[in-house]
Amino acid sequence: MAFMTPTIVKNFFGKPATRMYPITTREPFSNARGELYIDVKECNMCTLCARACPAQCITVDREKATWECDPFECVYCGVCVDVCGRKCLHQHDQYRAPAVEKFVMHEQGEIKKKPKKEASDSA
Amino acid sequence: MARTIVPFGPQHPVLPEPIHVTVTVEDEIITDAVPALGYVHRGLETLADVRDHVQMIQVVERVCGICSMIHAACYVQGIEEMMGVEVPRRAEYLRVIWSELHRMHSHLLWLGLYADAFGFESLFMQFWRIRERVMDLMEATAGARVIISVNVIGGVRRDLDEDQCKWVLSEVEDVEKQIRQLQTTMLNDYSVKKRTVDVGVITKEQALELGAAGPCLRGSGVAQDMRMTGYGAYDDMGFEPIVETAGDCYARGAVRFRETLQAGEIIRKAIAGLPEGETSVKVRGRPKGEVITRVEQPRGELMYYIKANGSKNLDRLRIRTPTFANIPPLTAMLPGMELADVPVIILSIDPCISCTER
Amino acid sequence: MELECTTITRETVVDEVTKMKNDGYRFVTMSVVDLDEENVDLLYHFDKDLEVVNLRMAVPKKEPVPSISGVYFAAFLIENESKDHFGLEFDGLVLDFGGTLYLEEEVQRTPFCKYGVIRKDAEAAAEGTA
Repeated sequence: MAFMTPTIVKNFFGKPATRMYPITTREPFSNARGELYIDVKECNMCTLCARACPAQCITVDREKATWECDPFECVYCGVCVDVCGRKCLHQHDQYRAPAVEKFVMHEQGEIKKKPKKEASDSA
Repeated sequence: MARTIVPFGPQHPVLPEPIHVTVTVEDEIITDAVPALGYVHRGLETLADVRDHVQMIQVVERVCGICSMIHAACYVQGIEEMMGVEVPRRAEYLRVIWSELHRMHSHLLWLGLYADAFGFESLFMQFWRIRERVMDLMEATAGARVIISVNVIGGVRRDLDEDQCKWVLSEVEDVEKQIRQLQTTMLNDYSVKKRTVDVGVITKEQALELGAAGPCLRGSGVAQDMRMTGYGAYDDMGFEPIVETAGDCYARGAVRFRETLQAGEIIRKAIAGLPEGETSVKVRGRPKGEVITRVEQPRGELMYYIKANGSKNLDRLRIRTPTFANIPPLTAMLPGMELADVPVIILSIDPCISCTER
Repeated sequence: MELECTTITRETVVDEVTKMKNDGYRFVTMSVVDLDEENVDLLYHFDKDLEVVNLRMAVPKKEPVPSISGVYFAAFLIENESKDHFGLEFDGLVLDFGGTLYLEEEVQRTPFCKYGVIRKDAEAAAEGTA
């Protein structure tokens, strides 16, 4: 026990190692992988992210141009961000705040290339 | 002498994860110990049937919550070997840096838990306090605290720039300094020695016969470390395994403590020799064939057997984790010891049960 | 890519493994690979001086495999695991959990078999009707 005493005394008089969370929080690191968000205007509904997602939490509907993500299934791996061809998926540097109810992120994109789609529908 | 059967676990204050050991005691002396598993079995190996071989990287990272990066590194190493991918040297170096950061934080976690097991609370808090800085290092360089998810087939996803390298070096030096301050407490303290020396002894022959891995094996005097094979960039690190000969809990603790400091040294070497170049190469095609890869985890030798048939999903993924190998030695360590030593002995193999059961 | 393996049979497995032990090999683990509806591959991995040596044995799922846990005690865990996952039977298992190492008793499926599902007690039932 004697060898530990200097450390204990130092800790006793030193600054605490912990913060008064949530009153004080640490600055997040700049490239930490946190909450996922989409810039849906840029998205062309290619479904690459939905296919790559290891947790399979992303659903993309090409017809209705919707992009859905279950944030409670997301594992923050950032694979979707890497594969996105339009670079419209991003991650904040902080985790999503805890919530009391589950929900699904629902984003409505523009239905692009309409003429082509109608042509394929009628065909 | 009265024979009593004492159920140890699955819920016990010293156990971070559930394992059950049926301990038979005669008075206070253990005569027999039978482990029972199955409390956290998830069947992750079969997830290979529904997730493709790229998505499996994120799955194998979740086999173990503590050494996730090394699991992924082993898996991608196997896939790369099968596909004949030449990984850029810089990526291999970066893998070494993150592997060693992982080893550092895993050992610090264990040292803390171990101190907690023999009732040294202030030492426990101090180790975890240091560990927090290693976690910060990982979050700043790789983007997450534990499951850093940096490996991809063909390289790594993140790079370290020069400023980051400098910062990592200074942080690692500081962390090492703090760990060294605890060296005398961990290795020479009377009360620590009283609880660990000559407790849970396993001889060299026993360790080999029972297939022990990692610090369990090295604590018994067998110089076996997968890093000696020089996988990845370890061939440039001039790696020497750390070996103790006593084979008791103290020896296993000492191996891990010294490895924590050694990890810092390897990080320094890796950053000094970090070659310029790409961090990943584009990989096309799908794996085919079968391969065995082995790497060294903080807990010991990790082995992956991968069989693929050229389709999207793997045929078979078999993960042999070090704790799985260390459970038979545990049954040999317990008999002859006192009941009060059971927590310390179980902790001394660094049990990672979610690894074991996958 | 092929794995270097020595092929063995059910008759020789215990002898081969005993030879490995006498040569000072450390038992690493065993892998079970589902081949088709009827057969599985058993791979025994050994290690000496950082080199892996593999033994391969193809066996039908329904027939019991001689256990090597009498030679290497460490094998009892993986053999019990294989029993849970693939429904294999091992003859002479030193510490038998009876298929409940990971799974509960009421679980009848063998979850790691890709091809079809065999019941653990299928054999007993088949013998009963025969």
